[in-house]
Amino acid sequence: MAPTPSSTSSAVTLNINGEKHQLTVDHRTTLLDALRERLDLTGTKKGCDQGQCGACTVLVDGRRAVSCLNLAVAAEGREITTIEGMADGDRLHPVQQAFLDLDGYQCGYCTPGQICSAIAVIEEHAAGWPSAATEDVRPEAGPPPLTPDEIRERMSGNLCRCGAYVSIVQAVTRAAEAHEAAAVRDGDGGLSAETVKETAA
Amino acid sequence: MTTATTGRTTARGAVGTAHTRVEGRDKVTGAARYAGEIPFADLAHGWLVLSTVARGRVRAIDTEPVLAMPGVLAVLHHGNAPRVETDYVGLLGMAPDPTAAVFQQDRVPHAGWPVALVVAETPEQAREAAEALVVAYDEEPHDTELTTGHPGAHPAGGVMPGETAKGDLTAGLAASAVVVDEEYTTPEEHHSMMEPHAATARWDGGRLEVVDSNQGTTWIQSELASMFSLDASAVRVRSEHIGGGFGSKGLRAHQVAAVMAATQLQRPVRVVMTRRQMFSLAGYRSPTVQRVRLGADADGRLRALEHRSLNQTSTVYEFVEPSAGVARVMYDAAAHHTANEVTPLDVPSPTFMRAPGEAPGSFAIESALDELAERCGVDPIELRLRNEPEVGPVSGLPFSSRNLEACFREGARRFGWAGRDPRPGVRRDGRWLLGTGTAAASFHSGAGPSTALVTAEADGTFTVRIAAADIGTGARTALTLVAADALEVAPERVRVRIGDSDFGPAMIAGGSMGTRSWAWAITAAAAELRERLALGADIPAEGITVRSDTTEALGRLAQKERHSFGAQFAEVAVDPATGEVRVRRMLGIFAAGRIVNPLTARNQLVGGMVWGISMALHEEAVRDRASGALYAPDLAGYHVATNADVGDVQADWVDDPDPDDPVGIKGVGEIGVVGAAAAVANAVRHATGVRHRNLPIRPDRVLAAGVPATGGGTDA
Amino acid sequence: MREFGYQRADDVSGAVALLAADPDARFLGGGTNLVDLMKTGVERPARLVDVRELPLDGIEETPDGGLRIGATVTNSDLAAHPEVRRRYPALAQAVLAGASGQLRNMATVGGNLLQRTRCGYFTDLSKPCNKRAPGSGCPAITGEHHNHAVLGASDHCVAVHPSDMGVALAAFDAVVGYETLEGPGRLPLADFYLPVGDTPHRETALPPGALITGVTLPPAPVAARSRYRKVRERASYAFAIGSVAAALDIEDGVVREARLAFGAVASRPWRARAAEAVLTGAPADGETFAAAADAELAAVRPLPDNGYKVTLMRNLVVAVLTELAGEAAR
Repeated sequence: MAPTPSSTSSAVTLNINGEKHQLTVDHRTTLLDALRERLDLTGTKKGCDQGQCGACTVLVDGRRAVSCLNLAVAAEGREITTIEGMADGDRLHPVQQAFLDLDGYQCGYCTPGQICSAIAVIEEHAAGWPSAATEDVRPEAGPPPLTPDEIRERMSGNLCRCGAYVSIVQAVTRAAEAHEAAAVRDGDGGLSAETVKETAA
Repeated sequence: MTTATTGRTTARGAVGTAHTRVEGRDKVTGAARYAGEIPFADLAHGWLVLSTVARGRVRAIDTEPVLAMPGVLAVLHHGNAPRVETDYVGLLGMAPDPTAAVFQQDRVPHAGWPVALVVAETPEQAREAAEALVVAYDEEPHDTELTTGHPGAHPAGGVMPGETAKGDLTAGLAASAVVVDEEYTTPEEHHSMMEPHAATARWDGGRLEVVDSNQGTTWIQSELASMFSLDASAVRVRSEHIGGGFGSKGLRAHQVAAVMAATQLQRPVRVVMTRRQMFSLAGYRSPTVQRVRLGADADGRLRALEHRSLNQTSTVYEFVEPSAGVARVMYDAAAHHTANEVTPLDVPSPTFMRAPGEAPGSFAIESALDELAERCGVDPIELRLRNEPEVGPVSGLPFSSRNLEACFREGARRFGWAGRDPRPGVRRDGRWLLGTGTAAASFHSGAGPSTALVTAEADGTFTVRIAAADIGTGARTALTLVAADALEVAPERVRVRIGDSDFGPAMIAGGSMGTRSWAWAITAAAAELRERLALGADIPAEGITVRSDTTEALGRLAQKERHSFGAQFAEVAVDPATGEVRVRRMLGIFAAGRIVNPLTARNQLVGGMVWGISMALHEEAVRDRASGALYAPDLAGYHVATNADVGDVQADWVDDPDPDDPVGIKGVGEIGVVGAAAAVANAVRHATGVRHRNLPIRPDRVLAAGVPATGGGTDA
Repeated sequence: MREFGYQRADDVSGAVALLAADPDARFLGGGTNLVDLMKTGVERPARLVDVRELPLDGIEETPDGGLRIGATVTNSDLAAHPEVRRRYPALAQAVLAGASGQLRNMATVGGNLLQRTRCGYFTDLSKPCNKRAPGSGCPAITGEHHNHAVLGASDHCVAVHPSDMGVALAAFDAVVGYETLEGPGRLPLADFYLPVGDTPHRETALPPGALITGVTLPPAPVAARSRYRKVRERASYAFAIGSVAAALDIEDGVVREARLAFGAVASRPWRARAAEAVLTGAPADGETFAAAADAELAAVRPLPDNGYKVTLMRNLVVAVLTELAGEAAR
């Protein structure tokens, strides 16, 4: 049941996967619940609702974030990308394709979060961000290669209780290599998901 | 109308070749809908209220202020909920856990017991009202601590006899050149599947429909029918995609509460457990206290073996974690005694959790064998091979197949076991001490009666309908391959529909028996369908459907010891300065029947091994003695392995088709976790010289145990 | 979660005024801790003042060669910033060791400083807790406390501060800037967190209604050779059970300057000044490092199940300082 605007609820416009959605949200409603319960975008999963599992990962202004700790009212004005917005029509995002081909999941419940996270991991790495697995974080050390250990650390905010981590790392590795090859070919940083999509096929 | 053809149009069988999941695209795009994601018009939301005391009675529930809150529709509790039937034996041959039969009495047998359900128009309103509901208790002193020699402990059966005994244990131990006599403990562990339990119930034209996340739709259908005194045909349970189960997704409080509320309000009601609620409502693996006594000749041949395991249960339901069952399959001795004991405490009811019995039991006995090997100066693999039994140590029955030795030989070769220096604490890599360990694994292989419907469609495709559950196992895909081979068509022409009780009775996804049971039923139906089609009849618009039932065929199976086997290998690194333990690599080689889909089977076996890593190093639910409730029951307080905890983990198999199964399947769901924690613990011993007999091997325990300066060894 | 009002602040003075208008209001930053605490019922604000959009998201060099970090800079941007990584590598490492990539993208510097303990009694309304409900007792002391404080705790509370970032900030003498209705103020991190005493519910010295506007790091050449090491119960995505931020300046085998701070051992990031005193002017060798650790850990008051932390911290200090000394020698 949709609330009407009041002191404890607000009319907001949420920009999700390039589409604007107008709705009135109870201020208590998280972005996660707004997606799942109000907008029928159930690809974003609720695993813990406490920021402790990563299943609800989406991109907010291009960066990965847990939607369970984002309030919907505070998400107004931001560009939200969910798992439903990753494929280009029928053509899967290279990360989605790699998860499918390499069986980077089992039950599939953490999968949308893993994929959103992986897409961001590839971008973060391409942007030169170090991680806790990076031996030397000083800029003069240069960007760390995206080794399995780097991927494991960067993907650790997404729990997979089925224990599909080994194939998840393989999938991210494959997608990252494709991304890098595309970036080299395009002669730019190739940082956007758009770039990845265009070079998918 | 067309004439469907089956026949040898495919060059080779689909079974045994890697196939990506048939529902994979839906899962990677977010299109796959799980139980809490199916939209219903006029949906109301229920929120469970759990007791905050560990023992006592509900004195009063002050519903009035809550009913006055915005959007609140109802508050169900023991004072107003309908009575349900609990005096029945369910599909698995067990009585229902009264925890699921909510709101039947005022007694509170544990912290986190469901005392009320608040139903409101929105989840936010339901949550706030549930939190605002004031429940008064008459509190009583509680006992929640499992201790050695607990006065309530008694031998107990369950899925197997409580005790077995042959030979004179005392004499056997006395005559042994080498004796190991140690206690091993494992903590309370939680399934923690990623998808919380969720159910939506509604009445639809006199029929109860429940959309749920469970491991068997006809199982839940029959339980709800029994509980609400309905004809089974008046209940339909659907569960298409399931975000993990691991034994926990059976009948639980949320489905029953949802049915009660939907009945009272006559509108659809959804009840979803919160992550914190799952820690007291979803079952768990009991902690175990295990004593293993081994007596052997100097060459490591066992003369005496005793394995006793104690677990806790609730005061309302007896669940046995049959850890002492492992030795009944794995190792023989002239004196051979095993006992599973249980003691009731003021705690939630434990339940099946991936490899119940085998997971904790193998930790104890495979650690003890490692200790024995060390004391005998025999290689741990050689020690196990010297103790390979000819027949079931307790049953005396022959093994259907027992390819444990092949697993060890292949595993040792690939892991690089040969030439391993057995001395502990002598390998270093920077700040890390390195060690390797091994352990054996076994898991029962069985099948349960199932029915399947296979339809030859008019368009030349085939539809399989079976109330199977794909909880992440890849069952939907495996059954597609099995059906394709049975029909002798390409998998692309087969559509498998699962997760609907309307498809007829079928085995649950449990006991590593799901895929085997369902494949059997599909194979039988497909065979009959092919016979029918071979007659060359035209296919009508509604298709030609054949139904199978495997009950009789399973009843004709000869009594044998039927198991999967495996050899686990682990290499660990331990920082003695910080107590950190990392599993660098793991290899498991399994003899687990015919592998239907190598892609998903390997993933599942590796997943089991990851569970072993997690069990060995991380998982422990801590019960607060004062309150009797869990401490920090969430995914930050209860650690499961992250991606960074999992190094190079590989699984593979040896050829091991089951001779008595139509497809040759044994089952791969659980064997991967068995022995994995022991292999890690044995590797930690090899790395540091310290034997850890209490899981998990956390940094505080590693540090508290210290590390011997050189060689030698100590006990943690 | 109770219903609440929500307003987005446009500027700092507006944010402070909005908060002052409602005694039950809270500032909302990244929400990674506050929203979680609202779900568990620990926090029940009547109004949230969203400060994420405030123009406090810059990292600038100060004229004296330090860095000024805005309060709404995300953990991710802080850790990725080249000057942070160059001048204070331990700070980047500390931030990267915390939480997950998703949470670091959301969490802000200001919020990180104000995050609450993850003690399982504090976050569970069904249990007593002096920090959450003053006077109700501290069940951790006789209950589960294997990850609780060994330094600076009291009989009223033994919870630890969960921040990694704060440990590095403590080592580098960070100064917290804030704004109130009365104007701006500054608090050195050393004075920012209050001693536990018998008021564990009072955690910081910030005046009521104050909004953290940023953190200033004074120039610290010593920090260029610094390191953060965190030990936790799994390899990632977990709070520390012990951590060390350390910096060493060594000349001719003698420690010229040392910075040392501990995490997950006290109610606040623990600046190890006693250890620093031992280190300064002493030979940069294992003996000195062990003596320094012992000097700091002389004040420990371990509980029955967290005594391992004393061993852990001693070993960590020696290990991290030895590594830094090794780098200096290269």
